[in-house]
Amino acid sequence: MLAQLTSPKFLRAALPAASFTILLAAIFYVQPRAMSYFGMNLMLQYTVPIALATIAQMFIITVNDLDLSIGAFVGLTACIGATLLADTPVLGVLALTACVAAYAGLGALIHWRNLPSIVVTLGMSFVWLGIAVLILPTPGGTAPGWVKAIMGLKIPYVPFPIVAAIAVGLVVHVALMRSSYGAVLRGAGGNPKAIGRAGWSLLKTKMVMFGAAGFFGVLSGLSLIGLTSAADAHIADRYTLYAIAGVILGGGEFVGGRVSPIGAVIGALTLALTGSFLTFLRISPDWQIGAQGGILILVLALRALINRREG
Amino acid sequence: MTVAANNIVTLENVAKHFGAVRALDGVDLTVDTGECLGLVGHNGAGKSTLMNVLAGTLTPDRGVMGIHGKDLSGQYSVKVAGENGIRCVFQELSLCPNLTVAENARIFHPSLTGFGWKRRAGRMILAKLDEIFPGHGIQPDDVVGDLSIGKRQMVEIARAFTTTDAPLHLVILDEPTSSLDAVTAGQLLDFVRKVVGQDMSCILISHVLGEVLDYSDRIVVMKDGLVVAARPGKDFTRDSLVAAMGNVVEMDEIQEHDAFEIKRGRTPIVIEAKADGGRDSAPFVAHRGEIIGLAGLASHGQTRMLLRIYDAAMKRSRSTKVEGPVALVAGDRQTDGVFHLWSIAQNIGIRSLPGMVKRGLIDPLAEAAMGREWQERIKIKTPDMNDNILSLSGGNQQKALFARALASDAEIILMDDPMRGVDIGTKLEVYDLIREEAEKGRTFLWYTTETDELYNCDHTYVFRDGVIVADLPRDELSEEKILHSSFKESA
Repeated sequence: MLAQLTSPKFLRAALPAASFTILLAAIFYVQPRAMSYFGMNLMLQYTVPIALATIAQMFIITVNDLDLSIGAFVGLTACIGATLLADTPVLGVLALTACVAAYAGLGALIHWRNLPSIVVTLGMSFVWLGIAVLILPTPGGTAPGWVKAIMGLKIPYVPFPIVAAIAVGLVVHVALMRSSYGAVLRGAGGNPKAIGRAGWSLLKTKMVMFGAAGFFGVLSGLSLIGLTSAADAHIADRYTLYAIAGVILGGGEFVGGRVSPIGAVIGALTLALTGSFLTFLRISPDWQIGAQGGILILVLALRALINRREG
Repeated sequence: MTVAANNIVTLENVAKHFGAVRALDGVDLTVDTGECLGLVGHNGAGKSTLMNVLAGTLTPDRGVMGIHGKDLSGQYSVKVAGENGIRCVFQELSLCPNLTVAENARIFHPSLTGFGWKRRAGRMILAKLDEIFPGHGIQPDDVVGDLSIGKRQMVEIARAFTTTDAPLHLVILDEPTSSLDAVTAGQLLDFVRKVVGQDMSCILISHVLGEVLDYSDRIVVMKDGLVVAARPGKDFTRDSLVAAMGNVVEMDEIQEHDAFEIKRGRTPIVIEAKADGGRDSAPFVAHRGEIIGLAGLASHGQTRMLLRIYDAAMKRSRSTKVEGPVALVAGDRQTDGVFHLWSIAQNIGIRSLPGMVKRGLIDPLAEAAMGREWQERIKIKTPDMNDNILSLSGGNQQKALFARALASDAEIILMDDPMRGVDIGTKLEVYDLIREEAEKGRTFLWYTTETDELYNCDHTYVFRDGVIVADLPRDELSEEKILHSSFKESA
């Protein structure tokens, strides 16, 4: 039993949940008043958009790519949501669908021309930002009422962000980890050659994964304006790095198709909590980003340590 | 085209070229129902290319492919192969390490979907594993990356024999026993005989000649992209099989080199190393001024030995003794050899930079002088040594890499199959240069996949599975002996 609990495999799987729990405990110790329905709601309200962006990034990482444009893309969809979708819903839905299709197209381009995804998505991040600025030159707009209504849901006993994050994690878990095509998609990250040899289209797997990432990017943008009720082209610039950090914190790896949707959601929750934790410690906002990076390095160092024991 | 009804596969005049390399040069092959076909040949004979063509992963440049009596040339693909019941177990494993055993089974079977697919896939692969390898100890929900290499190979083999909707007619096994121990290898081969009795067919590719001789109905021998012999298995003996695979050695070549004296023992030892196998392996010894050949099938530990010696020269090692500075001539020019953005002169000078430093900076005059000197000595064909290295032909790039090693202070030169894809004229020039330098007291360690080159060596060590299995002085060297030691006696 003890041997099983200290095995690298178990430790690696438990690390995301453990770091989240430890961080939560530390917050409750520093600020006992946070241990309430209202406190939790406040601390975790931004986890839903971060978790959705993290899931989007996780899809990309599953097929051994990296998306450096997810932040700008979430910003764009937020701008579309606060303008087109609110004013002319049909046009808004069309625009958001086009965004998802563009993402799938990027996946096809990356596979077809064998391009490095980092370069393509870095370039696209400026494209997304440019379009967002064209749509909404100054911060403003209004989120559609139904989006605000969903994000403002009050669920008894458990704060809405936690329920939403768990729901997102479970849905993606079933789709990617339990479904039969999900196995093929993950296999395309683990050994693309083998998947090709077994007769599957690698182009299709790339397009499906990028399309799914685009879809979750759209959801992330909408949930974000549901909280802020207005949008700005730069509203989600930090999400690019949050999303990568969330996937890695959640036990995913950059290559090899080893990812965990539940872990990624927990990683996003952890990231959202670090901000609150540092505020409770009265660390000035100037230092917060650096301190957040410090926590990240600490957790990832722990994982590297576990992996070394395994090797 | 005439195709007998009981043929699963009929290939006629199939060819596949990769640039100038003729991997397949017009191969005829038939596989009958219910036969185990053994396929043997030296490295680069074209066996793996042929199997990739059959599996649908490579499209041949020309030739006729008949499957079950239908002409499918030009429309053959992985999918068509699957529909016609042809499967391949590739030499390098094609499992996804991040998936479980059951999930990997699912990858092979598009029809395994819907509720409970994981359980069904797991049951299917487990049943097949139990059938082929009783007592295998593999669970369907084990992650493949956590399994040992032998167990991974067992999963891969079992997976190839599982069936769902399409019937299975032919399984190609490319080096299936390379990671299996004697017991499991025996289980597999017995299973192959059993399914062959049930009107399925197998192609067995193996470097273990004993397996091929004992388990094949018919044996096909390939050499240089051609089928050179195809006879019933019982007509072959180990010796006739080896003879069919090998080249006829040109006697002039040997006599020409007989002018060398055998130096062993007259000069001090400069290298003493042990191969991976530890006690099983003969020691690796090189005396000053010797040219030592490293032979055997590709990637059986020769490069690893060179790198170990290189490491030992850079920092002291207890197990390996190396006296004197070393330099390495890389075989894979583009990855390990040239600096793509640098000039020819810079590429030559890099190994000798410490000697060309003036006031903390590289002396460009010294670098240019070294470049000119070696352009002269080794005849690099270029108008200007300041041109980019990639402006040279492949052979001349390789000459530049030789110049890099020879221009340095190194007394020991390690060569990792440096003549790959080099034209014969350049080769002969470099051979002369090596002999010249060896007479001056430099030691050469020369890994080569071309047997002819070994006749330049004073001593040849044959590697198999990382272990030195033969130590042949020049006068005892023959291709047959190298082949004999390269292939295992039995499983």
